Amino acid sequence: MEAPMEQEGTLQDSRFEEPPSGQNQVAPGDSPNVELRSLDTLWFQVGGTVCNLACSHCFISCSPTNHTHEFMTLAQVETHLAEAEALGVKEYYFTGGEPFLNPEMEDILEVTLRRGPATVLTNGLLLDNKRCQRLATLARSAEYSLDLRISIDGYSAEANDPIRGEGTFERILAGASRAASAGLNPVMTVTEVHRDNVTDDGRQRFFKVLRTRGIERPRLKILPVFQIGAEAERTGVYESWQQLAENDVPEGGWDHLQCSTSRMVTDQGVWVCPILVNEPLGRMGQSLADTLGSFPLNHQACWTCHVHGVSCRT
Amino acid sequence: MSHRIPEDSQRKKRRNEAVANIDKLTAHRGMATWGETLVPLGDFQRAARRSGRQLTASERRAAVQRYLEPRSDETAIEGPFSRIAVFGGIYNNSFALRALLDETQTRRVDAVYCLGDLGGFGPNPEDVWPLLEQGSVKSIQGNYEESLATGREDCNCGYADPRDNHFAEVSYSYTARNCSSEFKRWMGSLPKRRRVRVGQRELLLIHGSPRRINEFMFFSATSVPFLEILLDQERCDGILCTHTGLYWHRQLPSGRDVVNVGVIGRPANDGRTEVWYSVLSDEGERLRVEFIPLAYDHPALAKAMRREKLPEEFVETIVSGWWTTCLEILPARERAVSRF
Repeated sequence: MEAPMEQEGTLQDSRFEEPPSGQNQVAPGDSPNVELRSLDTLWFQVGGTVCNLACSHCFISCSPTNHTHEFMTLAQVETHLAEAEALGVKEYYFTGGEPFLNPEMEDILEVTLRRGPATVLTNGLLLDNKRCQRLATLARSAEYSLDLRISIDGYSAEANDPIRGEGTFERILAGASRAASAGLNPVMTVTEVHRDNVTDDGRQRFFKVLRTRGIERPRLKILPVFQIGAEAERTGVYESWQQLAENDVPEGGWDHLQCSTSRMVTDQGVWVCPILVNEPLGRMGQSLADTLGSFPLNHQACWTCHVHGVSCRT
Repeated sequence: MSHRIPEDSQRKKRRNEAVANIDKLTAHRGMATWGETLVPLGDFQRAARRSGRQLTASERRAAVQRYLEPRSDETAIEGPFSRIAVFGGIYNNSFALRALLDETQTRRVDAVYCLGDLGGFGPNPEDVWPLLEQGSVKSIQGNYEESLATGREDCNCGYADPRDNHFAEVSYSYTARNCSSEFKRWMGSLPKRRRVRVGQRELLLIHGSPRRINEFMFFSATSVPFLEILLDQERCDGILCTHTGLYWHRQLPSGRDVVNVGVIGRPANDGRTEVWYSVLSDEGERLRVEFIPLAYDHPALAKAMRREKLPEEFVETIVSGWWTTCLEILPARERAVSRF
């Protein structure tokens, strides 16, 4: 049985609390609130914070031993899928940690694809031939799209490996190649850790690399980095001015923020977004019905989403 | 230019990194990462459980009911009709529009509807206007009309990829430059939604989705429960949309229909040079939905595009039937069947 909410009132009143020690990145003062306009995208932290890599820029510091969030079971996922259906959710995303470490991951995808389109964010290391074949069969037989997103952090081993780990560049590309030859055309996802990742030149070179690996129609998504988790350790925390204030509301409202159209489910309940799962006060409730209200943009990571127009969706 | 570190120091660096990594890998045992701080796992879990709202069962039901509440819509209902032709995305293709209007005359339709995006991609935007008026086409605004009429700097197409956005910008700035202010004003006078009765069915006509003018509704990426709830909220028996450029029809378990009517501005990424429109007819029990390929003088369009110095990538799509741009927005399924 979950503990009841400690205080009366709505989430607008809540503020990120200070962790017992060390620094946090919660903006002081009043913050604007974002209403949930519609719940279009439901995320599952299906791999918890457990990962077979320990990338130095991971905003939730995932590693082989980080069990802040655990794997989700098929049963847990099904409970939330049923709830999501009743709310008319349009699409599902799966992340971690590394989702394919979860022994039930393929079954979870099979169940999900009967209900809607699914995207998996993976580091590609566990994409062996057998798994790629199974996923390709699922993708072919499902009514909805199955999209794979494979993370890589540079267009060469020299750029990628210092971030994701020794030898990972080659292993990631090998996984992507196997996925492509099975008929899955993954979206390669890079972060802006290197300037080269975002230049047209860099992209063209990367496309060339991908084509030589048998990925003939390369797809690419670029994401900014968040100065939280391991990344804060690597390059430092946010500056104090990098935060949103109550009167910062842009002309078009907050519709560009993913918290206006999505929620994130973990083994411990429902969080506001995929970024803040390591902040206890990012948790909005146990059931999706608890989380249909607004959320205060009082974490400094919210500043990145606003300024970069981040959407974790593909 | 690569900046190679000499072999020795590179090895040393890797060794140091490996040592640092061991610390990192073992740091979490029994601990949680609360932001940047390691705390005992139980502390994190307790703080998380205290956070947020935990509604009672009846409060949850009420919250869901509030969330699903139908939207009020005062749009007047047109019709009833027994047969209508509907298309979207003219993209300045007056050649296809002329062919379509000739053809619909022989198809005995009661009305012709256009779901917006008159401009973009093709040449000479003004050529479309008189044809729409002569053909008594009833239009709604797409994101193009909304952007042109309000003087937006971009088409608000909703792409995320830099290459897609580059070509969207080329299209939009060409169209904006070559549209008179009268035409733009006329675009702004068009409604953003229409409601049309076909037989007993009340259909909602919008550009992207009922919620957003630039929402992409692809067949493989819009779940049935999502569509059923959209129809509930809009209190209608069917939704007709466009925006993606790819036509599809889904009959829902409730017996209602969602139709992406396709576009006549460019081919449907299928290797054919024809473009596609829809004819919807009342068949009592069901709504009959036909997708019709429309052949038109595409070589003449290609010639006009080259004359206007529009990107060769666009011309290639017209003559080959395969998309060369706007590809990154496609879900895996739709992308899998495309050439590029």
